[in-house]
Amino acid sequence: MTLVDKEAFQKGIKDGIPIALGYAAVSFALGIAARNHGFSWLEATVMSLMNNTSAGEFAALELIRVNAPYAELALTQLIINLRYLLMSCALSQKLDEHLPFYHRFLIGFDVTDEIFGISIGYPGKLNPFYSYGAMAISIPCWAFGTCMGVLLGNVLPQSIVSALSVALYGMFLAIVIPPARESKVLASVVLVSMAASIVFDWIPFLSWVSGGMKIIVLTVLLSLGAAILFPIEEEVSHEK
Amino acid sequence: MRNKVLFAILVMAAVTYLIRVLPLIFLRKPIKSRIFKSFLYYVPYVTLSVMTVPAIFTATSSPISGGVGLITAVVLAYRKASLIQVASIACVAVYLIEFIL
Repeated sequence: MTLVDKEAFQKGIKDGIPIALGYAAVSFALGIAARNHGFSWLEATVMSLMNNTSAGEFAALELIRVNAPYAELALTQLIINLRYLLMSCALSQKLDEHLPFYHRFLIGFDVTDEIFGISIGYPGKLNPFYSYGAMAISIPCWAFGTCMGVLLGNVLPQSIVSALSVALYGMFLAIVIPPARESKVLASVVLVSMAASIVFDWIPFLSWVSGGMKIIVLTVLLSLGAAILFPIEEEVSHEK
Repeated sequence: MRNKVLFAILVMAAVTYLIRVLPLIFLRKPIKSRIFKSFLYYVPYVTLSVMTVPAIFTATSSPISGGVGLITAVVLAYRKASLIQVASIACVAVYLIEFIL
């Protein structure tokens, strides 16, 4: 590790602190949800260590609880986490052409909304050690928060657990709303998606469709519809 | 740890890792298809919206407190509060409204 790498690593840790704090809070709520779905602290912690995806893990809780087929679980992760494909596509352009593959394998482990956000903001080509710094502090916090959520979910009074259950949705809204504010198309997409989700739950003959399939079906249909009706301009910024 | 759960975790971890790492390994040129780029661009917004509503109404002790949490989070996010602020203040709002009810 050169001096430049060391500095990048330290900067990654520093920029990763607010992310890690946010992760600890949100993963605590995820842990509570995991407990409500019958997960042990070890199961939930291992899941968080290996996945690093709030929406994906959240959807998986219900699928695993009802013993959904592995194919459905895989397909749900594929669709929910498709955004990481887009982010990794953008991130690939930030990497030095000659960056060795082992760095690419490691960076790919933790392409999240937040770490992608700060990585894209890194001046010039991305130093992989910057990513490692952010990962070094945020991955343990994500796993630790999940673990604590499972363990302390038992201890905390119901009123606190109920209040914390809303944190994850708050985070989703914090990701979705600000860009929607800047774009009428995005705002419409968000509103239509929410309305469609409510309608989907109300229609009796669709009630046999599982939660994971619902997310897949609505995401593919609505995203494709939006893409055809309102294709994005050639250079849309991926910044948060 | 239940074996079935461990295997499920491995399946989802493998899928999620491949999604993240394959573009870093194989992508040398930018994506050309405008429709595909647009599709990927809209996916997170649709997915997160679908997952939030109506689930938020059943996540807390009552639909009313869930609704208060939803409105609080939307207003704060609209005012560009940070991720931590939105999540934590929504929790406080839910706690307070359930305390009152």
